Amino acid sequence: MIIEEIMKKNVITLAPNDTIATAIKLMDENKIRHIPIVDVNQHVIGLISDRDLRDAKPSILDFTNHDKKLDTKIKEIMVRNVITGHPLDFVEEVSAIFYENRIGCLPIESNGKLVGIITETDLLHTFVQLTGANQPGTQLEVKVPNRTGTLADVINVIKEHNVNIHSVLVYPDKDSQYKILVLRVQTMNPNKIVEHLTNEGYAVMWPHSSGIRS
Amino acid sequence: MTNEAVFVYSDQLLKYRFSQDHPFNQTRVMLTYDLLKSLNLLNDSSLLSPRIATDEELELVHDPRFIEAVKLAGEGKLSEDRAQGFGIGTEDTPVFPGMHEASALLVGATLSAVDHVMSGKSNHALNLGGGLHHGFRGKASGFCVYNDSSVAIRYMQQKYNVRVLYVDTDAHHGDGVQWTFYDDPNVCTLSIHETGRYLFPGTGNVNERGSGKGYGYTFNIPLDAFTEDDSWLHAYRTSFKEITEYFKPDVIFTQNGVDSHYYDPLTHLSATMRIYREIPKLAHELAHQYCDGRWIAVGGGGYDIWRVVPRAWSLIWLEMIGKSDISGELPKDWINRWQPKAKFALPSYWDDEPTIYPPIPRKAEIEEKNALTVTKALYPIRQK
Repeated sequence: MIIEEIMKKNVITLAPNDTIATAIKLMDENKIRHIPIVDVNQHVIGLISDRDLRDAKPSILDFTNHDKKLDTKIKEIMVRNVITGHPLDFVEEVSAIFYENRIGCLPIESNGKLVGIITETDLLHTFVQLTGANQPGTQLEVKVPNRTGTLADVINVIKEHNVNIHSVLVYPDKDSQYKILVLRVQTMNPNKIVEHLTNEGYAVMWPHSSGIRS
Repeated sequence: MTNEAVFVYSDQLLKYRFSQDHPFNQTRVMLTYDLLKSLNLLNDSSLLSPRIATDEELELVHDPRFIEAVKLAGEGKLSEDRAQGFGIGTEDTPVFPGMHEASALLVGATLSAVDHVMSGKSNHALNLGGGLHHGFRGKASGFCVYNDSSVAIRYMQQKYNVRVLYVDTDAHHGDGVQWTFYDDPNVCTLSIHETGRYLFPGTGNVNERGSGKGYGYTFNIPLDAFTEDDSWLHAYRTSFKEITEYFKPDVIFTQNGVDSHYYDPLTHLSATMRIYREIPKLAHELAHQYCDGRWIAVGGGGYDIWRVVPRAWSLIWLEMIGKSDISGELPKDWINRWQPKAKFALPSYWDDEPTIYPPIPRKAEIEEKNALTVTKALYPIRQK
């Protein structure tokens, strides 16, 4: 999956000469936490986050009049070396960028122009969809030998029971000779599949076999 | 004269049957009926024959194209490809002859129950054939074709202009009903179920609270596997009471899936008959306190049809007619009649022995986690 498919395309932006007060208002109204700052060519030259604004705001314990300070221009406080992404970047790569740089959003540029934005929340939501957790289904966890073709064998068992699969995740096990398969299957009754897999010698970790009685 | 309660029944309700070995088996409705008959606690004057729901009524919730597909499937005329798109012809909801008529009768049975209560002919009504809470607008799911509860709630809104509290104690999340009324502030849904981390359908998280105008009128309490009676009852009593006080419904509609029992083959909550004594008791009490007694109860899941469902469902009816203090032995003639057909030794008593399952490790942690979940679920109304 590429970023273009999940990024927000209507990006709210400000110019470097807009004021801090404007930025505060814009974030409140749109319930957002980041605003890219662009020049006249829509090129990203800075970014402000709700945290930058909080730092710029006077303390709530300070009762003197600070209205003037909120008229300060954004360019005075914005972050300048902004990390940006490209519409064709892969979702997995971008997740790694978020993690490594500890950032909360990534403006997306194409030909030096802002075309979208993606936030941590968008990424997380995408991963929820990739796990299939938003579709009615049951989750199966199977510990399998780390060997070519095992996934196909397990999936063939599920196919025999005429059950559709929403998603498959393959996790490494603590022991590198094994993998954990997490399958979301579209059925309310996984018992026959569990029994079949167990009979084939697979270790079904969930649903617990103790929960099944015949 | 007002009856205290009516029991909707017809052997036609048993025609909702996917296949010989499918876990959803409406024989349980008949087993319950027969148990109550053995006790002489179900008079013919309390019985109500169900009607079939019209297409117009089904369309209160369901997409006409879906209804058309179910009709065709029941006549063997729906291609496998088209069926898949409607969630039929799957392992969970296979095609069976006459599936439209059988499914529409379950909906009609719930509508019969609703009309009886809303027109003032009785305070309470019970349709154990209903409670098919996984049915979606255009898709069958989780053993459910049409969603009788969603249709009945819409029907009550339109015909009687009432605010409905829907309480779902099935071990699986009541997703179909929740999504139908997700943006509706006049229907409040509460579902208490085993967490969807592993169990079907996977939804029903505490943070699913409704959307738009309906925000704050959806409540979910996902409980951990191995919850057991005490923790389950704490969640049920606390949430049901506080939500009723907050929402002040005109009518209470309960979905009584009885698949949280230790014996149930599909779930892991480890409850016993104790919760099935208490569930109808509180619904009854709150219906009288807030709704002039208006309480409609339907069935739902329940896959140990021999040891669990007949006892648990009978207790709903006995509560409705004020006879829920029954205990001790089950009628011998009922046991003798059904034991030869049963897969398990039928229980001899109304209540379970405390020794039906071994003690569960980490009990204190599970109770603590569940109590936190209840607090999170009720947080918004406790702020008001």
